[in-house]
Amino acid sequence: MSKMVMTNKGKIADLRSADEIKAERRKGRTGVYLVVPGMLVLFLFFALPVIVLLSMSLYARPEGAEIGEFVPALEFGNYVTVLSAYWSELVRSFGFALIATVLALLIGYPMAYLVAVRLRQHGLLQGILLVLLIAPFFSSFILRTQAWKQILADEGWVAQTLKLIAVLPADGHLTATPFAVVAGLTYNFLPFMVLPIYANLGRLDTRLLEASGDLYASPVTSFFKVTLPLSAPGVFAGTLLTFIPAAGDYVNAALLGNNRNTTMIGQVIDSRFFKVIDYPGAAALSFVLMLSILILVTLYIRRFGTKELM
Amino acid sequence: MKQKIGRWIIPAIGGLAFVYLLVPIAYIFVFSFNDAGRTNLEWRGFTFENWQNPCGAPAVCESLVNSLQVGVVATIVSTALGTCIAIGLVRYKFRFRKLTDVLIILPLATPEVVLGASLLAQFLNLGWELGYTTIVIAHIVFCMSFVIVTVRARVSSLDPRLEEAAADLYSTPRAAFWKITFPLLVPGIVAAALLSFAMSFDDFIITNFNSGTFQTFPKFIYVAATRGIPAQANVIGSAMFIAALLVVIVGQVMAYRRRKRLAEG
Repeated sequence: MSKMVMTNKGKIADLRSADEIKAERRKGRTGVYLVVPGMLVLFLFFALPVIVLLSMSLYARPEGAEIGEFVPALEFGNYVTVLSAYWSELVRSFGFALIATVLALLIGYPMAYLVAVRLRQHGLLQGILLVLLIAPFFSSFILRTQAWKQILADEGWVAQTLKLIAVLPADGHLTATPFAVVAGLTYNFLPFMVLPIYANLGRLDTRLLEASGDLYASPVTSFFKVTLPLSAPGVFAGTLLTFIPAAGDYVNAALLGNNRNTTMIGQVIDSRFFKVIDYPGAAALSFVLMLSILILVTLYIRRFGTKELM
Repeated sequence: MKQKIGRWIIPAIGGLAFVYLLVPIAYIFVFSFNDAGRTNLEWRGFTFENWQNPCGAPAVCESLVNSLQVGVVATIVSTALGTCIAIGLVRYKFRFRKLTDVLIILPLATPEVVLGASLLAQFLNLGWELGYTTIVIAHIVFCMSFVIVTVRARVSSLDPRLEEAAADLYSTPRAAFWKITFPLLVPGIVAAALLSFAMSFDDFIITNFNSGTFQTFPKFIYVAATRGIPAQANVIGSAMFIAALLVVIVGQVMAYRRRKRLAEG
């Protein structure tokens, strides 16, 4: 019976667009069987943990309790305590992440443009550069960060050369500075910026650029009026994929920073959990971080978002 | 003249950026040949010894094997579950669609340290001992959202009329799925699986929260970083990199040949 219906539909299929057909989703049990196991995992090990985290952030520490002993409570004071102690780390994390995102965009856009547009006629070179673009995913990011630490070290030739040409003062450092942490963040999340932009520019119809050139637009005007607006969804996705992990990262700050003016919120959460054994404080900070990112991202999507994102 | 500069400025910046991207990788590779002794901080002379004896430093290979085991299991489970969700969501009717969408997207918008911390809170609450199982669960969770998004894009780009054509030719829905739809999804599923493995293998932050004393390769390097990473870690890093590069290149060549064959009819 159902086959008959489908056959009938098949006969008039040419009258409908592919989108219209897609809109007609099937009913049935199979869909439930497909979706439920995975969603159960997401519920048990993502949604529920976030709720547990939220409740843990309100735990109280009874008088005279041992280290790591807490009782369920509604201690909203935890938030006041950790925020007043660590607001500067929180602000710094967002500041570093923002600078790293902007730098990654400034570096990453030309990379994506080079590979996707300029080298479109050069299949081999394009292929090689594309492989190099995803290459960092296949090497350990902690090893790469550690490599930067050694490359920029005081005894390294980069620091020595900069000192020789007096760009860097004789007693200056490259590592253990905010500069090194931001450079590390930019470096580590650069591929997340480049790949979405590349995917978007790969679909760019270069005839549009010819057309705008024919209409006497300079290449610069064409870029800002045609190329950039058309690649906006890629830029949008790339900035999110860079900013979110950068704001929560603590590996770069731990390896490339110092303990004075580079501490990021991730480091604080980690040490609250494992060194200080202050679970409620760590949970409160985690929750604040998650909420502030969600708010920032929501505002960003409202302002610049496109439907193509989802 | 001004035009010329404009033409070259983007390739120049792009080219420099590629150098920036690859410098540390080259550094890791070069220093895998360093006659380093214990710390591998400065160049002491060329040797093949590290490559001949990659397990020479304590705990390097144990942590590597641990990471591979976690990566393979997490990849298989997250790819299977995520692919099913992607197909189900695109092709079937649901209530609570908004809610499932939120549950899928939210992990992507959550920084790793929060994912790690919330899972740790959950495991502490349940009284589970941290180790292999908790790491695998954590990795499945953060890989799955990536799998769903990747595969879902592939499923919704398929023309549903292909399946209808199969039905017109008296194929059962099941046969139409396995003979038409699934083969077309394979490239997306493979890409999602590779991405999952790469992310699981390289993950440090979430793992660090949920691993207890269980050692993974990134954890090993992070801990070793304070007192000097052995050159063997560079060997393993370089070897993994070369292996992955070969996989990608072979894949590209195969795709290129297939396109050529199709073009020639």
